[in-house]
Amino acid sequence: MSAKQKGWKDLELGCVVTEPGSASSTKTGEWRSERPVRDNTKCIKCGICYIYCPEACINEDEEGYFEADLYYCKGCGICAHECPSSAITMIEEEEE
Amino acid sequence: MKKGKIVGLEGSFAIAEAVRMVNADVISAYPITPQTHIVERLAEMIADGELDAEFICVESEHSAMSACVGASAAGARVFTCSAGQGLELMHEVLYIPSSMRLPVVAVAANRALSGPLSVWCDHSDVMALRDIGWIQMFAENNQQAFDLTICAFRIAEDKEVLFPAMVHIDGFYLSHVIEDMVLPDDEVVADFIPEYEYPFALDPERPVSMGCYGPPFIYSEAKKAQEVAFESTKPKILETWEEFGDTFGRYYAPVESYKMEDASIALLTMGSIGETAMLAVDEMREEGKGVGLIRLRLWRPFPFTELREAVKDVELLVVLDRALSSGMGGPVCSEVKSALYDKREDMRIVGFIGGLGGRDITIEGFKYMVNRALEYPEIEEEFEIIGVRE
Repeated sequence: MSAKQKGWKDLELGCVVTEPGSASSTKTGEWRSERPVRDNTKCIKCGICYIYCPEACINEDEEGYFEADLYYCKGCGICAHECPSSAITMIEEEEE
Repeated sequence: MKKGKIVGLEGSFAIAEAVRMVNADVISAYPITPQTHIVERLAEMIADGELDAEFICVESEHSAMSACVGASAAGARVFTCSAGQGLELMHEVLYIPSSMRLPVVAVAANRALSGPLSVWCDHSDVMALRDIGWIQMFAENNQQAFDLTICAFRIAEDKEVLFPAMVHIDGFYLSHVIEDMVLPDDEVVADFIPEYEYPFALDPERPVSMGCYGPPFIYSEAKKAQEVAFESTKPKILETWEEFGDTFGRYYAPVESYKMEDASIALLTMGSIGETAMLAVDEMREEGKGVGLIRLRLWRPFPFTELREAVKDVELLVVLDRALSSGMGGPVCSEVKSALYDKREDMRIVGFIGGLGGRDITIEGFKYMVNRALEYPEIEEEFEIIGVRE
């Protein structure tokens, strides 16, 4: 849920959204029950996870690893399923 | 006062004239009996250069309303019409202009719903549209169909309103009947309809997102904002009808009364049947019965205050529904009862259902209803469907 919530009097006519790109502020990561954890000893930096991510929330970092943005990651597990070197494991959110 | 010229015009053509006079920009509709003559005439007007508008041909009523939503969001003055099954196919899209606050104007030529398949008039289609969030009004004759269509554009497009509006006319009874009526001059109507500018009209310089999805954290707020705005449209509706009366000489009100001054019994109707009911009231008056007539002109927003005022001295209210809410009774009667609950404990309200699928209701029919209602509370049924053969 977004930090500043509008009251009914704050809404534009017909719920028109005047702020461009406002969908990116929606925290879809809230839906997640499992999160992807990467084992760097197995990762070959191929970018398959980056290609398959349906949320397009995996980005390449400075070292060339591909990291999921947990603000958006819904925990679908496709990256772990597709990883050719089994470097990604899905971990229950409750676990450390 | 410029009153215009007296002409003999079919109800459908009268509505087409109204749409031409307000100079609509976009018309999108799918033909369906008994509404077809309206769009046929409008298509002809556009083809003949009498009306400078886009006519968008579509494959269904669902698409017709979708095209209207898009055109209205772009800032156009938009019109469509439908009936019966067509309104049902259009149904899910009807909620979109009201929630997006787009002032689409529509005419519904009221028709029964299948089955059995019927193209004839009743209010089954209207009653399925009670919750769509449109301003809805009922015409009684062709003059009113014309007048209320003109008013619908001005009301819907008012900056303090910006809601879609629907004018209900009884299929065939008005849509296909030629009546004498006053057709005002084009310029007088043009002066009555101000230039229209939608606040968020399509503009590349000022991009916005319309019709966005509303997650649980905002949906209730959106609905509250819509409802508060909808309820506050009433003063503008009254103001527009008042100004229309001052300009054209014909005045309308949310609830219109006939011979109600000293009436202890009142009939309540909507639509064209009101004219027969008036004749019935005249005859019953001659027979010494204190009967009057109340006609609901405005259906949404529901005229609670005006209805309560109209029935304040009534002892027996006889409500006629032209539709059946299966397993429940007459929808209008149930809403009237709801509006008067706790307000008039000393008044009896008796509901009848009649005129289904084009069945005529005669003067004798109204007399029967009043006489039956006077037998109340001996009537055991919650409601009665009148004029049915055993």
